[in-house]
Amino acid sequence: MGIAEFFQHLMNGLTLGGIYALIALGYTMVYGILKFINFAHGDVLMAGAFIGLFVFDWLRGSAPLGAWTIIAFFLAMVVSMAVSALLGMFIERVAYKPLRTATRLAPLLSAIGVSFILSNGAAWAFGTRSRKFNYPFDNTPITIAQVVITPHQILILAVSLVMMIALKLFVDRTRMGKAMRATSLDQPTAMLMGVNVNKVISMTFAIGSALAAVGGILIALDFKVYASMGTMTGLKAFVAAVVGGIGNISGAMFGGILLGVLETFGVAIFGIPTGLKDTIAFGVLILILLIRPEGLLGKVEKEKV
Amino acid sequence: MFNFFLLILIYTGIYALMALGQNVITGYGGMLSLTQAGFFAIGSYATAILATRLGWSFWATLPVAAILSAFFGLLIGLPTLRLKGDYLAIATLGFGEIVRNVLNNWDSLTNGPMGIQKIPMITVFGFVVNPYTKYAFLAMLFIAVFIAYLLFQRLARSRMGRALTAVREDEIAAQSMGINITKYKVYAFILGASVAGVAGSFQAAFTLSVSPGTYTFMVSVMVLCMVVLGGMGNFKASILGAFIIQLISYLPQLTGLTAIIPPQFKQILFGLILVIMMIWRPQGLLGRERIKYSKGGTR
Repeated sequence: MGIAEFFQHLMNGLTLGGIYALIALGYTMVYGILKFINFAHGDVLMAGAFIGLFVFDWLRGSAPLGAWTIIAFFLAMVVSMAVSALLGMFIERVAYKPLRTATRLAPLLSAIGVSFILSNGAAWAFGTRSRKFNYPFDNTPITIAQVVITPHQILILAVSLVMMIALKLFVDRTRMGKAMRATSLDQPTAMLMGVNVNKVISMTFAIGSALAAVGGILIALDFKVYASMGTMTGLKAFVAAVVGGIGNISGAMFGGILLGVLETFGVAIFGIPTGLKDTIAFGVLILILLIRPEGLLGKVEKEKV
Repeated sequence: MFNFFLLILIYTGIYALMALGQNVITGYGGMLSLTQAGFFAIGSYATAILATRLGWSFWATLPVAAILSAFFGLLIGLPTLRLKGDYLAIATLGFGEIVRNVLNNWDSLTNGPMGIQKIPMITVFGFVVNPYTKYAFLAMLFIAVFIAYLLFQRLARSRMGRALTAVREDEIAAQSMGINITKYKVYAFILGASVAGVAGSFQAAFTLSVSPGTYTFMVSVMVLCMVVLGGMGNFKASILGAFIIQLISYLPQLTGLTAIIPPQFKQILFGLILVIMMIWRPQGLLGRERIKYSKGGTR
């Protein structure tokens, strides 16, 4: 295999990984604060993709590709982020908040219920056929030093990079971000220090869901939009969050990109049949749980009585 | 109509076996497993392949189905159950998808999406249990459910049942009492898996054909719903839950409203059941079974 081919696969892996990272952030932020796996996260992604698709098609009308379609695409993305954030907050308020003091199993079961309602509700409302998300721009590949890059890949890399930097700045620099970190570290103490924990949790769901919506739209450009699209993508993003160290924001970004690259290389270089592509993430999960269950960037936590 | 009701009862039986297994895992062990469908598929395919390719009798394939499911249960259980947290849930969720993926792609063994047809009927002492006439099959199935129920009921009163209860309530306390928590969790998980494998064998012998489309995530959610609706930690309730959920899932056909009720209706209802039960009645319809111990120790 030549250098050019290697970089080609790396590029493909990085773009896929960027999307996984965006979605993994939602899992990891919720896990960091509430210590539970939000199974409905993958379905929020699906909802985000549908909203993005509808808004984009409506805004675009029959306009030809050009400046307006690109503006419409980003407008659709913003609308989808906002609506998905509301959806995430709504789900938390209705299905998880009453269970905050219940047994550990209760919110998990509730989350599976929500996930099932969303994916089947979408199948009922929008049908089971998959829809094409039209490209907002001309997607003719560009060749740079023998590596073929599509404008779409550049879009994914740029958007996911901007989102991740924005999130990192938000969590590290703002007051709300500080409150989030405090809640994640020690909820009762954060409450005593005057942090409004309810608001922090709502905010966490809003941000996670907005990022999932972006991930959904970006992945829809390549893989179409359908009601059950969130299941497998969500699962892989969760694996990415575990690989990086669940609860760790930088870990989720790192894990997502690593998983995307591994998946692309697994098919292209190690010759894993495409039909079994989805098993790669699963193998990675089992492996990481055996070798380093706290994740690559995670810290070992001692459990106290 | 009556014939249709028999069909519902047969599916109640098959799903009750899976629900009993799920109850050991989730109700007693407090672990969330989302892959009864995966083990169900493994059991079905074990029976289908051994019976059609090698001409094995159903009764010989049954233990193979149970052991094979238990083996895969061990494979997922060992890395995930020694850790704190809910890694089992996500690993099992993935496992279910992988099983379907493999069944769809391993053409030489599973015949891909087409599945395997012409599975021989069950014979008991030379008597053929014809699934089309249903009665004999139903009787046989309910004997199996009854045996499984008795075994699990005994198990709940055994050392293992008590150990699992302790682990579910407080892992650290259980550990300091000398209970090997990983061991008991893994035991419970593979036990639940093997019953689902047995249920899969019966499914294959009932429909006489298997295809990957049967073993979707919905099956796992249905089984989970049965346990949650009936009441976690109560084996009778699991069987009751199996009946109610089967009744709901065939409601459109029973009422003859298939044209009005959308196909997603039952799935949305299952999701709602999970959320609503968790918020308003987490103990389920019947509630957890209290085990009374007599003075002389366990009965």
